[in-house]
Order: sequence, then C-alpha cells, then structure tokens
Amino acid sequence: MAMLSVPLHWRKYKELYNLKGSRCHTCGQAFFPVKRICPNCRREGKIEALPFSGRGRVYTHTVIRAPPEGFEKYAPYLVVLVQLDEGPKVTSQLVDCSPEDVYIGMPVEACFRRLRVQNKEGIIIYGFKFRPVDGALKR
Amino acid sequence: MNNYLSRKRDVAIVGVGTTSFGEHWDKGLRELALEASLAAVEEAGIRGKEIQEFYVGNMSGGMFVGQEHVAALVADFLGLKPTPAVRVEAACASGGVALRQGYMAVASGLYDLVAVGGVEKMTDVQGSWATSALAGAMDTEWEAYFGATFPGIYALMACRYMHEYGITRQQLAEVAVKSHFHGSLNPRAHFRNKITTEDVEKSPLVADPLRVYDCCPMSDGAACMLLAPADKAGKYTDTSIFIEACTQASDTLSLFARRDICTLDATREAAQQAFAQAKLSPGDVDVLEVHDCFTIAELLALEDLGFCPKGKAVELYDEGQTYAGGKLPVNTDGGLKAGGHAVGATGIKQVVELVRQLRGEAEGGRQVKNAEIGLAQNVGGSGATAVVTIVRRG
Amino acid sequence: MVGIVSYGVYIPQWRIKVEEIAKVWSHDVNIYKDGLMVEEKSVPSLDEDTATLAVEAARNCLKRAPTINPKDLGAIYVGSESHPYAVKPTATIVAEAVNATPSLMATDMEFACKAGTAGIQACMGLVKAGYIKYGLAVGSDTAQGQPADPLEYTASAGAAAYLVGEDGVIADIKGTYSFTQDVPDFWRRDGERYPQHAGRFTGEPGYFTHVINCAEGLMGQTGTSPNDYDYAVFHMPNGKFPLRAGRILGFPEEKILPGLVVTKVGNSYSASSLTGLAAVLDKAKGGEKILVTSYGSGAGSDAFSLIVTDRILEVRGLAPTVEYYINRRRYIDYALYSKFTGQLRGFAE
Repeated sequence: MAMLSVPLHWRKYKELYNLKGSRCHTCGQAFFPVKRICPNCRREGKIEALPFSGRGRVYTHTVIRAPPEGFEKYAPYLVVLVQLDEGPKVTSQLVDCSPEDVYIGMPVEACFRRLRVQNKEGIIIYGFKFRPVDGALKR
Repeated sequence: MNNYLSRKRDVAIVGVGTTSFGEHWDKGLRELALEASLAAVEEAGIRGKEIQEFYVGNMSGGMFVGQEHVAALVADFLGLKPTPAVRVEAACASGGVALRQGYMAVASGLYDLVAVGGVEKMTDVQGSWATSALAGAMDTEWEAYFGATFPGIYALMACRYMHEYGITRQQLAEVAVKSHFHGSLNPRAHFRNKITTEDVEKSPLVADPLRVYDCCPMSDGAACMLLAPADKAGKYTDTSIFIEACTQASDTLSLFARRDICTLDATREAAQQAFAQAKLSPGDVDVLEVHDCFTIAELLALEDLGFCPKGKAVELYDEGQTYAGGKLPVNTDGGLKAGGHAVGATGIKQVVELVRQLRGEAEGGRQVKNAEIGLAQNVGGSGATAVVTIVRRG
Repeated sequence: MVGIVSYGVYIPQWRIKVEEIAKVWSHDVNIYKDGLMVEEKSVPSLDEDTATLAVEAARNCLKRAPTINPKDLGAIYVGSESHPYAVKPTATIVAEAVNATPSLMATDMEFACKAGTAGIQACMGLVKAGYIKYGLAVGSDTAQGQPADPLEYTASAGAAAYLVGEDGVIADIKGTYSFTQDVPDFWRRDGERYPQHAGRFTGEPGYFTHVINCAEGLMGQTGTSPNDYDYAVFHMPNGKFPLRAGRILGFPEEKILPGLVVTKVGNSYSASSLTGLAAVLDKAKGGEKILVTSYGSGAGSDAFSLIVTDRILEVRGLAPTVEYYINRRRYIDYALYSKFTGQLRGFAE
C-alpha cells in the first residue's frame, strides 16, 4: 500500500473526483465503483455510465484509531459506509463531523478532499469524502 | 450451484504439528515452518521424502519479510527437493484453502501422502506497516484506499449488527472472555491470561466499537498436517481423523458490496454444502473452531454456520454454552483471539485443535467429552473466502 | 455585455480566535481585535488545501448556473499564493473535478492576493473577443502566517469562484482598471515556508497607493464617483485598511461593512476581496452598483465596476451564502491550529 503508483491513481480520477459509476441497463442495478460485468446479468448486461449525485445516508460507521501507513496524521478519523441515494454502498471517510455526532441514517453529501500524500516529494491524491448535509448534525 | 462430484476415496489426517503462537523474536519464517512440519512428520512416523506434495498457506511473506516464493522456500528449508510445493493465498483463509487443496489431491486419487501447512511471520515489522499489509485482505482500491483498516471493516459490521440486533457492548465482550479462558488452558496459545468484561471495555479503542480485547493479535506461528487416503491411514496412526467434507465458497471482496453486511454468505454457502456432503447437521457437531479474528466475527460465524438464527448468537454466551464444558464448545484452544492468528497458519491450526479434541488429547482441562464430530470455519478478509471442514473420529 | 454569470465561495469550518493566538505570544489582543478589527480566522482541515477549497467554490459557483454544461467552460484560471504544487497546476484539478475537461484553456496564476481578480480579467478578455463562451476564475488560498508575526492573526483559508460570460449575467462588468508597479512590500522566496513583509511599508507605498489609485482610475475611466455606488469592496488584510481606503476615496462605512468579512474569517488572500464581493452579491438588489478593488503585494490592484441585474434573485439561493459559511464554524485552540497548519515539527506533510 505504500507505493503511490501514479497510473493507478490517475485511472480512478473519474470515480474519485466525480463519483462516476455505472449501471446495468438490463437489470437496472447501479454500481459504484464502475463494474464492467454485471454480476446479475453477466455478459447479457448492457453497462452504461452513471454519474452519482453524491448524496446518501450513513449506513454504518467506525472511528479508526490505529491508522495504517500513510494515514497516521489523520487519526482518529471516521470511516463510514454510505448508502448512496442510487442504491450502492461505498466506503469513505466522514469529515466535518465529530465521532460523537455521527449516527446511522445521517444524510450526507460528497465533498472534495485530500485522500493521501505519501511524503513531501510524491503526488497528492484527491478524491471524495462525505460530510453531513446542512441540518444533519441536529438529529 | 456447485457441481461437486463425490470424492473417489475418503481422506484421513494422520499426523499434526504446530508451533506455539506468539511473538517469536528468535525464529524466522523458515524456522517456524520447519518446527511445525517436523512435529507432524514425527507424529506420523514418516520420512519427509515420503511426502508427495506440499501445500503451504501464507498470506503475505512479501509484505512482512520481503519473501515471495514461500512454498519453494519451505520445501527447500525442509530438505524436500524435488517434492512439488504450492503456496496458497487467500488472506486469512490461506490455511483452510491449502487444506482443501491437499484434501482434493488425496481424494481424487492423485496422491497418497500430502502435507498441508501454513506459516506466517508477522512481528518483524511495525504496527502501521503490518496494518497496511493486512489491509491487502480487503479491497485495497476501494476500502483500504480511503483509510479503512481490517479492524475498521469488522467494526463497521459490529456497529450495524448492534444497531439491528440490539446486543450490548458487554455481551460482545463475553466472547473475548471465553476465548481467553480457553487460551489459559492451552499451552500453545498466544495469550494465557484470563480476562473479564471490564478488562475488555476498558481496553483502548482500535476502531469503534472494537477495542484491543475485541481484536486478535498478530502472531508468528506455523501448523502442519499430513493427509493420506483413509484405507492407508493405518500405516501412520491408530487415531485417524476423517475429513467428511471440506468446502469453500466466495463472496464479494469488499464489505460495501455485500448482500447483507452482517452475514457472510460465503460461510453460509460453504457450510450448507459441507453438511450436505457429510450428511450431517449443526446438531451433530460436538466441537467448533470458528474464525474469530474479532469478537463480532465469532457471533456472525455461529449464525452463518447455522447454529442459531441471525442476531441470536449472544444467547449461547449468556448461557455459557460455548465453553469447553457446554453444549456447543467453541474455540477450545482460545481461537484466533487468545490462541493467536498467524494468518496463513490459522486454517490449519484450527483443524489441528479439532484433531486433538477428537483424539482425546486436548490438555489443560479443555477436553470436550466424547467429541466425535468437529467443524472448522476459516475466513479470508471480511468474508470473501470461507472454508468449512467437518472431521469425524475414526 | 460581459459580466458575472455566477459565483460561489467556500470557507473551511475551523476557526481560531485572536485571543488564542495572543495567549501563546503574550501579545495584547486588543491590537488585533480593536486595532485591526479581526476577531477570528478560518483554518483549513488537515485534508483541505488550495485545490480542495477551489473545487468546492467552483462547484458552488456552478450550482448557481445549473443550466450551463460544464463542458462549455472555455477557460479555468486558479489564482493563489499557496498552490499545492510548485509545478503542476491547480486549475487542471478543478477542471477535472467540475467535469469541464478536456476542451478548455487552463492555467494557474500568482500575484499575491490579487491572483483571483487577475483571472477574472483574463476571462473577460477571452469572452469579449469571442474565444470562449464562459470562463471560470477562482481565487483560493490556505495562507500561512509565521508564528508570532502580526500576519499570523489574519492569514486564513478560503476560496471564491466567478463564472464570466455574456449570457445570463447577474452583474454587468461596466469597466475594469488595474494599477501595477514593482513594489516589494510582501514576498515569499521559492522554498521558503512563510512570507516576509516590510512592516509599515506595506501600508502607504503598498496597499493604499495601489488601491486608491486603482479605484480612482476606474472611476475616472467609467465617469463614476463614490456616490454612484451602493457597495464598495476592497481587499481585506484586516478590518481597518478597507475602511480607511474608503474614507480617503469618499466611501462611507455603510457601503463597505456588508463586504467586510475579514472580521469573522480573516484574510483569505486570493479569495479575500472576491469573498467580500460574494457577501455583497448575497444581498444586493437589481440595479445596485458595486466597486470592487483587490490588492496583491508586489504590487498591484484590479478594480471592477459592477451593476447587479435582476437575474441575481434567480440564482442566489442555489448555493450556500457567505453568511452560511461564516456561521458554520467550530473553534480550535492553538495546539490543534498548529497540527492543522503543519507547524508541528515531524508532523508536516
């Protein structure tokens, strides 16, 4: 996990920057991240691009207190599963929210943040995180 | 769905060996593998060269000690040239999948004596590097990428489980208490100390709500078993243990793509197939080894294997049924939590414990009376791989 | 007529009060609170930087222009003095994040605190010449103040984005004027972490010479005087300088206060005057006139004469206002401030 491979990260920009996922036109299921084979329809599934709105709700949450390499500076931080309005769940960080304030069902929206920086020489990886929508912090 | 054909012949476990699990500063990966293998070979009374194929479970020699090609390394260090050796990797299910590969090699009629083992050397690296290495068990691009850790993924399950089924923090702690109690009776366990629920609830948070005492340790260790066809097992041992079923199933790599994040469908699928092949049901099982990488995982395992309905596993602990003297003894060696989790070795050491129980050789007061049928469940990652093995006393 | 079609801002949620900073250095807090009219300033989270702030502001700006296809943006300029990379543009990150790629011009700009307004001028030219339909100019900074230096009390973080075009303007740009001289009042050498400044020299020969001459130059060019304007927004290194500039030029306080955001969020450098302008646009009525004058050390000022159109009522509510961001705040102490701004040795990125 330590190598910040430039091509690997660049390939993810559409998904990381703009939550561009996919949908199977045949069965209607939406996928994030992008799927090239529909698990339901297999090769009969016609996959098309689907931009996600970035809105969803917290499905479950935790606080990472023993961080992995590269995330030491950010600990403790909230990691959540967000169930996007379009259906799929996604793993992400929850920001602008304290651990005491998060709750299952909290409405959230995608925002744009630094995901990682390996060191002062390498590239900076940007991408989505989630934050509570206006008013979500008062239950 | 599975096109399983019946095996050509029955398979028996004819020799077992493990190291103790813990921080072995003075032993590297080679030494651990040798120790466990020698113990199995001596028990079966064979020469190493009689082994026809060797399957080695190892999750991450590369990240932990910079070593790939681990099977070749082990075969070499054991002096087994030219015996073929295969490294099997399925994260924490590496050992179980290695066992299944060996089982299939014998059951198919191809080989008459196969070694299956697992080894992991985890303590040569520091905390955050090891955490990153273990993150390879999940979806590195879409889970670990955002800062999720392995405990974090199971914590997400625990949080949702507690929300849906209303169990308390203390009920979850009882699982760890039981594991440590059994660990205190197992001379090879990583942790030999007994704990209380207060100890659990006061320990530092790792990933809310999971605390240090909810999480299995990183252990160095190795385990090995020898497999032979049942009709030839008498050559090696008077106490053959037969493999009635050894099944495997897969599920999505990432937690977020699961059908239900509180259910391991791979466990359910593998268990259903195993019981069908063995023509047994959960009620027939006398002793269990489940994959308790975290306390929550043990509860999910009991439910997904079919021992109780979803959300009800805590009731078995409320009643003390999962202790060695209870109706459904679970992880009598301390499991992963207290027994230790040397990743690649765990799937093998689980079955080794079942073998000891079925032979009546479990020390320290953890022997289950009249144990005849045992079941082991080994899981990879957050549930993408599951192996279920049912063994029966000969 | 070329004008502003849309606007958007972003301010991070953390705040540190001047009392917290003064405590550490045993400074008299009144120098800053009363003397400079700054109460608190915004601080970026550990995972925020000039690029992330710029993206949030740009996205807010485009939220106020929902009928515009981002692919029709012909140019994106991001002005800052804290670009995340010394070499690798911030503008391309913003362009990608707002779905404007690949057929567009893009570049980063630097001119201390006026790099954002310089971007607006560049867009105006391209639009008026017919090269592009819409241009996006962003001013964004995560300004760093040297510990114990007076600038530590005001150097803050924020971003403001402006969409320039001819269709559907919410404010016509009647004229623009710039006043530029080589004056080394405030600078940062390559590789240095904190800027340096020449003390009181930054006042007269710096800020006031350029702001006054520029505003007067614009009014001369457009044949207007302070009475013609309902609002005046100046670059805000603190709360006092804009009011003094106003006095010199003949603008009463009431016209300046609506845009004087520095009191609550500090000086967000390239976003400073543009955030003040956004605060005014959040409340201005159709027909009202605004004079905006930025200032960038080194030195120069850009001024714009704007007339708000009625269309502003249709778009104003589509994205968060400056007041929303001012009110969305959580306070931190100097220890957390040090952590977030990378000032703890062994902890910086």
